[in-house]
Amino acid sequence: MHLGRVIGRLVASHRYEGLSGVPLQLIQPLDADGEEAGSALVACTVVSSGPGDTVHFIDGREAAMACPETFVPVDATILGIVEEATNDSRVVAGLHRRDR
Amino acid sequence: MLIAKVVGSVVATQKDPGISGHKLLVLQVHDQANQPKEQYVVAVDAIGAGTGDLVLYATGSSARQTEITKDRPCDAVTMAIVDSWDLGGENVYEKWA
Repeated sequence: MHLGRVIGRLVASHRYEGLSGVPLQLIQPLDADGEEAGSALVACTVVSSGPGDTVHFIDGREAAMACPETFVPVDATILGIVEEATNDSRVVAGLHRRDR
Repeated sequence: MLIAKVVGSVVATQKDPGISGHKLLVLQVHDQANQPKEQYVVAVDAIGAGTGDLVLYATGSSARQTEITKDRPCDAVTMAIVDSWDLGGENVYEKWA
């Protein structure tokens, strides 16, 4: 799983049938210091995350297992909203990071 | 998943029987600001996308998780046609605009 930040929301009314009602959001992956790392991607979300939230997400085949319907072509899913992530007792991400 | 534009299709008469009968699309990857990247993929179409559509595609073993690609040699599949998205509160793309 990885840390990320929700940066946008996406609307797609025509989608694979098992995915109806699942929100799609743009996320920017974050590194161990809470800084942007790599390219943005689109993920399903199963929590009520929204733009600005720090989240953790899963990628690969396992991402579909978190969706309401599990046999779906999904390779990234937001699993949780991060309140705090620390690295070497420094707060690197989440609601408690002071510069965010 | 990544955002990509359907820029073409692939015709291949000689191919593995596992993927015969499926439409193959050429996709050009776009970034979150809707700028095209110099990155292309060939994907199986699972949703009826056409040239010019912005789509989402899934890669890796997740691409085999559709009725038409199950147990098939496929590592990229389209799974949604994008209507619109916003980035930091600003609308970036609107299909019907």
